[in-house]
Amino acid sequence: MTEAKEYVPPVIKAEELDPKFKYKMSKKHGAEKVMVCFQCGTCTADCPIARFSEFYRPRRIARMVQLGLKDRLLLNNALWLCSSCFTCVDHCPQGVEIAGIVRVLRNMAVEDKNLLPLVYKELAANLMKTGFVYEIPESRLQKRVEQGLPPLPKTNLKDVLKIFEVTGSAGLLEKVQTIAKVESK
Amino acid sequence: MSQPKYLLFTGCVIPYRLSSYEISARKVLSKLGVELVEMPEYNCCGYPMDVINHDLMLTLAAKNLCTAEKVGLPIMTLCNGCFCSLNETNKILKEDKKLREKINGYLKEIGMEFKGTIDVKHLIYVLSEDVGYEKIKNAVAKPLSGLRVAQHSGCHVLRPRKYVGRDDPENPTTLKDLIRLTGAECLDYMDETECCGNPIIGVNEDVPFQMAKEKLDHVRSVGAQALITCCPFCHIMFDLNQPRIERAFNEKFNLPILHYPQLLGLAMGFSPEELALNELRVKPTELLNLIK
Repeated sequence: MTEAKEYVPPVIKAEELDPKFKYKMSKKHGAEKVMVCFQCGTCTADCPIARFSEFYRPRRIARMVQLGLKDRLLLNNALWLCSSCFTCVDHCPQGVEIAGIVRVLRNMAVEDKNLLPLVYKELAANLMKTGFVYEIPESRLQKRVEQGLPPLPKTNLKDVLKIFEVTGSAGLLEKVQTIAKVESK
Repeated sequence: MSQPKYLLFTGCVIPYRLSSYEISARKVLSKLGVELVEMPEYNCCGYPMDVINHDLMLTLAAKNLCTAEKVGLPIMTLCNGCFCSLNETNKILKEDKKLREKINGYLKEIGMEFKGTIDVKHLIYVLSEDVGYEKIKNAVAKPLSGLRVAQHSGCHVLRPRKYVGRDDPENPTTLKDLIRLTGAECLDYMDETECCGNPIIGVNEDVPFQMAKEKLDHVRSVGAQALITCCPFCHIMFDLNQPRIERAFNEKFNLPILHYPQLLGLAMGFSPEELALNELRVKPTELLNLIK
């Protein structure tokens, strides 16, 4: 029989903690109730992603927010594995919107750490170019007509670009470094 | 009751690669007396941009809502993702005065203002609530008796409960009831409400493939001859990606995945060609022989 490895708990240094982080988070739409998470683990138990990924754990994310482990959270690629199915939101006995917290953290990763998975940068680029997140080829648009479907209305691109600009998104997208793929194991 | 009238919001992915859903939906809705009006102008619902900036998502969604307000008609979506962002944004901005003021600040830059005068519905709720089961039942000319199928409603047509609040997310019945109206049997299976996995496929393929494979396993184990969806993303996960899932796990499913209006359309007497069944990746040849 092989000897079981001794469990060494990961060390959290006090200077890593941002004690005000949870207050900042709880002012954001969707993350208001992060402080009342009592770590029951319902979110992780019911999370379809956690079943197949060894390191996506919604309960841990909520705890890390409470502890103020901001940098560890924002630099952790696991953040991008949530599929936003909202099962955790509907099941939380405390009414904590875990998926909302994850979304707030993703927004912060973009803003504070300039990190974004490549796919979203591409979708945003298509949206700014065509109004749709996919670049629909001319042949497709032609096929619509052949299939008897009405032509796709043209997007008012000027307005879409204005929205990217006034929400600060265009600037954020210019700065981001992209993450190609996220490992789940 | 007056005839239901909706602005059809097709979103991005349907015109991009799933016209079969739009074609079949338009056919059955027209015959059921639902009048569809084209969006005069629209853009992505905003959903995929929520990961980048929440205000961006809300404002892109609100722009579409403002367009619909101007026309003065409610929006019907075919996509669960579009339903999620448009319905949620509509409800949040109607309720949260402070947030509405903030988003209206952005919208002012493009000469728009969110007023909160319209509603947003998904196809399955238009069918169940506006058309009604009685009318659909009466429109079934060729009951699909003997056909055994299963359903996958998908997440965003049900969750989060506080914004959708129509069907029970833990035990959804709307799509099942709609399927049963066609004469087909709708089978229960394990973990029906589990996500398809598609939303993260752009960042990681392993997890979504395992999720979808498990779903296909469960659906097959109860003897379903097809899986019925009402969302283009779920459909892509199970239909378009089925050959890839088969290769990854060295399994053969050969399970046809039909958009709900395709199933209903067959029962209403439309031909497979009229419903664009030939556009499915997994060919429903056997299935069509069964209902001949």
